[in-house]
Amino acid sequence: MTEYKTPMMDELEKGPWPSFVTELREAAKGSAMAEDLIGQMEKSYEEKKGLWKHGGIVGVKGYGSGVIGRYSDLPEEFPNVREFHTMRVNQPGGWFYNTETLKKICDIWEEKGSGLFNFHGATGDIILLGTTTAELQPTFDLLSEQGFDLGGSGSALRTPSSCVGPARCEWACFDTLDLCYDLTMAFQDYMHRPAWPYKFKIKISGCPNDCVAAIARSDLSIIGTWKGPIQVRQEAVKEYAASWSIDRYVTNTCPTKAFYYDDEKKEVRIDNANCVRCMNCINKMPKALKPGKERGASLLIGGKATILRSAFMSWVIVPFMKMEPPYTELKDLIGKIWDWWDENAKSRERIGELIYRKGMPEFLRATGLPAVPQMVRQPRANPYVFWDQDDLEK
Amino acid sequence: MADLKIGDRSLALDEDGFLEDAEEWDEEVANAIAATEEVDLTEEHWAIIRYLRGYYDEFQVAPMVRKMLKDTGKSQAEIYELFPSGPGKGACKIAGLPKPTGCV
Ligand code: SF4
Ligand code: SF4
Repeated sequence: MTEYKTPMMDELEKGPWPSFVTELREAAKGSAMAEDLIGQMEKSYEEKKGLWKHGGIVGVKGYGSGVIGRYSDLPEEFPNVREFHTMRVNQPGGWFYNTETLKKICDIWEEKGSGLFNFHGATGDIILLGTTTAELQPTFDLLSEQGFDLGGSGSALRTPSSCVGPARCEWACFDTLDLCYDLTMAFQDYMHRPAWPYKFKIKISGCPNDCVAAIARSDLSIIGTWKGPIQVRQEAVKEYAASWSIDRYVTNTCPTKAFYYDDEKKEVRIDNANCVRCMNCINKMPKALKPGKERGASLLIGGKATILRSAFMSWVIVPFMKMEPPYTELKDLIGKIWDWWDENAKSRERIGELIYRKGMPEFLRATGLPAVPQMVRQPRANPYVFWDQDDLEK
Repeated sequence: MADLKIGDRSLALDEDGFLEDAEEWDEEVANAIAATEEVDLTEEHWAIIRYLRGYYDEFQVAPMVRKMLKDTGKSQAEIYELFPSGPGKGACKIAGLPKPTGCV
């Protein structure tokens, strides 16, 4: 095994933080792949360019996605990373594992790959980094014996992911884990067999705190919300008042000034019609406040990073939908969205970009959704007022 | 990847097993690549292969999956039955098309 001199990588081990370089070195003790990866990375830093070839196509039988092909540009110099493919493995809901399962994944990957992985990637999957073409199918077979399956990659549905929701969190407005699992199972083929103009991501958060950042990172963001008043327990308000300035921490930071605190009576009143459900007051006073009783989710469309157009945050298309199994209304809508997108999009055009190109009215007509005030992103600047040819002829 | 040997010909393949030079393709080559994918080519396979080559000759790109399914009247599942590696890594490779770049 070659010991590479790595002055630049060494820098990344300095300071009080955990370092992936330290982890790489640890792995390199038992893995020639990890060792050559260190060598190639150092060279990459020196030359200020990536040293992986562009785009490989590899996979396992029956799947068009889940494996990302990667080949070194310098296979002579770094023979152990000549082939260094990534496997995406569908994570369990809420990322819960027992240690036995984790050990099994580690064992499989130490035997079949570089031993390096990333729990978890931006999509939510377990990312197994680095193996050869010949080991892909055997690795997949072993993972599948353990009950694991591949996630999505390429122009496919990407592995849906959700926050831990009701498993640990009192604010979940619906069962995020169940919905995520249900959608994952219902849409297996869309995930494993890419057939679309580009990728499509679904992320699910149980409340507006949006712990999985669905609004910024998914084409379809499903974010928990409620109807009706925030529930208030006034006795607990008094406890907060005794030790803490409610006005300073909550009243003054409510974005729509919908939160009132009566210092005489030590009571909270909320103007629910003007509350934008930002969670601020609930986060600050969890013992006194909680989301309203009628719960469901808002659906938002179009979030993505910059590709053809700039980055988008997703925007509301359905202000409130009940989220209960078997989620028929949601699945029907998703089907309509996909049909329209698949039929109309150019190659590499995300749904949000297609809506920008074709216009919101066409999207709404195709999906049968009504235009509602909650779709207005900037009041008075962008009021989706539109006329059909039919309206004009009336 | 190692070169593909057919009789006394030797054809260069890229890492993923795609033909380096699409011009070298013929039916014999298709059979040889199919063997590396563990596929025995039947008339049903050939229909897809001919379609892909025709499309490529006309447009110089591989069709998008949706287009391919529509034109061939096959479902996605049927394509995977015929070509277990899928439309891109399976069908296009055997048909001797250049490596798809994100379409299929
Ligand atoms: S998004 Fe809301 S429900 Fe989900 S974990 Fe975060 S705070 Fe809890
Ligand atoms: S949730 Fe946000 S907007 Fe609503 S009352 Fe609380 S702080 Fe104000």
